[in-house]
Amino acid sequence: MIRAHVLICGGTGCTSSGSKKLQSAFAGALKENGLSDEVKIVQTGCFGLCALGPVVIVYPDGTFYSRVTEEDVAEIVSEHLLKGRVVERLVYNDVAEDVKQHADHNVSLNDTAFYKAQKRVALRNCGVINPENIEEYIAMDGYAALGKVLTEMKPEDVIQTLLDSGLRGRGGGGFPTGLKWKLAAANEADQKYVCCNADEGDPGAFMDRSVLEGDPHAVLEAMAIAGYAIGASQGYIYVRAEYPIAVARLEIAINQAREYGLLGKDIFGTGFDFDIDIRLGAGAFVCGEETALMTSIEGNRGEPRPRPPYPALKGLFGKPTILNNVETYANIPQIILKGADWFASMGTEKSKGTKVFALGGKITHTGLVEVPMGTTLRQVIDEIGGGIPNGKKFKAAQTGGPSGGCIPAEYYDIPIDYDNLLSIGSMMGSGGLIVMDEDTCMVDIAKFFLEFTVDESCGKCTPCRVGTKRLLEILDKITKGDGTLEDIDKMEELCHYIKQNSLCGLGQTAPNPVLSTLRYFRDEYIEHVTEKKCRAGVCKSLVSYSVDADKCKGCTACARVCPVGAISGSVRQAHKIDQSKCIKCGACMEKCHFGAILKR
Amino acid sequence: MKSLAELAAIRDKMKDKVVLREGTSDMRVVVGMATCGIAAGARPVLNAFVELVNDEGLAGKVTVSQTGCIGICQYEPVVEVFEAGKDKVTYVKMTAEKAKKVVEQHLKGGEVVTEYTIDSAKA
Repeated sequence: MIRAHVLICGGTGCTSSGSKKLQSAFAGALKENGLSDEVKIVQTGCFGLCALGPVVIVYPDGTFYSRVTEEDVAEIVSEHLLKGRVVERLVYNDVAEDVKQHADHNVSLNDTAFYKAQKRVALRNCGVINPENIEEYIAMDGYAALGKVLTEMKPEDVIQTLLDSGLRGRGGGGFPTGLKWKLAAANEADQKYVCCNADEGDPGAFMDRSVLEGDPHAVLEAMAIAGYAIGASQGYIYVRAEYPIAVARLEIAINQAREYGLLGKDIFGTGFDFDIDIRLGAGAFVCGEETALMTSIEGNRGEPRPRPPYPALKGLFGKPTILNNVETYANIPQIILKGADWFASMGTEKSKGTKVFALGGKITHTGLVEVPMGTTLRQVIDEIGGGIPNGKKFKAAQTGGPSGGCIPAEYYDIPIDYDNLLSIGSMMGSGGLIVMDEDTCMVDIAKFFLEFTVDESCGKCTPCRVGTKRLLEILDKITKGDGTLEDIDKMEELCHYIKQNSLCGLGQTAPNPVLSTLRYFRDEYIEHVTEKKCRAGVCKSLVSYSVDADKCKGCTACARVCPVGAISGSVRQAHKIDQSKCIKCGACMEKCHFGAILKR
Repeated sequence: MKSLAELAAIRDKMKDKVVLREGTSDMRVVVGMATCGIAAGARPVLNAFVELVNDEGLAGKVTVSQTGCIGICQYEPVVEVFEAGKDKVTYVKMTAEKAKKVVEQHLKGGEVVTEYTIDSAKA
């Protein structure tokens, strides 16, 4: 009889920090202690606290162990699982203060500051069930929504439920999902398609990957529901080949669903047929754009085409098609089961439900969080994310990746939803949230994203292909200290031109990082131009290192660590840096014990 | 999958197996499993509770868990029952046989088995 479950995260983050080895180590240790029949090992999807991986949770207590190594396993088994003594040194202990005071029992996961303010809807099964076991998904009411839809609801009821729920596309655009389905349902055709956009391309974003890895059946179920609602019998999931774990779990899930008759012919004996196939993307950012994605599924080079016609009328293979993002789908089964009102009760007036964010950058808890729409940046970063490390000050947060913009400190308390972010010149995007502190140069950030879009522009239309390249050249000039004030104005003009004239979303949003940094941090651009100064000390051409002769003890540590031999000086004498040789790597500054190296 | 009934059957069969991970049950049965407890025979007691709770269909309501040394080694195996809003009940010198009665009378019936509690052992 099983009395305890050991959940080991099998997401990409924890897999790369070694969780696979833990599974075999646990199996071995349990056997050694004769506990194999009492304790079950479960591989799950992402728990969200990727920075603390590999993560292991022991139920029924819900004890949360972080950064577990193979060596720790024997102790967890012999102490906790055999004797019931929690291995304190491995427990993630960032527990909300009010809980700590009243904790007379083992503190569980849901009490921690990281999880307490979260509301997990799309991620509800991630880190709870074994994604490779369809029966565990069914135990969590999986496929009950599909059953309800097929036996109790008409297609138009399904669409109406989605419209009432207020669900909007989680891929970034925020288009009402119900409306999209309604349009596709209204178009008559002999064949229609349901597509899932799992081509998550924003740097630093991994929401969709985690859903696919942790709860793949939720997406399959929702796609089948979509098929019923619009009258399609075939679905495609377009997922990038760089997500090997997600792809493998999807394949397992699809095969299991077919085996159980939850995909295929005559589902639930209702005469409804639906099947899903996977198409692998080769990692082109533009293929996340809907028309390029469908062109790629058709077997052609992934390039966008002009809209209209919209996919709802003429999409994949020229047939009416709906295309939704992974996270959007993950919400749908629960909206069907719990009702539109339940979903609409969360969030803000125009943005309902929750949103998953991938926290990255200068933040204590790098990871995945899901919060109700309308949660403020302050709550997400300070409360859930654990704040900015090393006592640094918040400067800005970047949302929406290369298509989005920056949110400066003055909007730290703005409720995050689609419309608020647009109004301040950023966008929701797919949910990447990169936190920046005072050591971040905003010009450099704009340049980073432009480098990305220049690389990823498919080249089909000139404004994007040439425009972004020229934009990057001007940015490069400014970061080298060669820019002029006219360059800044020219750049702004070019941004608007690219936005207005590009063919697809990639080009139309590519200038956003530049525009939003110009809007909130124009003084930094001007500083780079007029004073040749980068206040964050990031732009190498504008930084110089020198030795403070008064503080230098002549220990020679800096001279020894300098990779290019730019530092000279004899023992016990103040050293000097040869500016013509210096590559500004900063190694001398890190090495100096006396704070004698100055950076300007 | 030919019918909703089939789906419901799988769900019900699996529900008990994953309910352990919800950790929101009203009652917690904690078995002392330190060296003293194990030496006195706590393992069979723990396993008896796990099995009985499952067999009686109480898995969603009662969590069976373990803890370290409670500090009254002479009374081991010790089992404590926690219930929201009530004083905890401490059973001492437990056996798998006694576990049956605790499950039947206390966990199911809500009535403390006074003759097994620490108070009656002391008296």
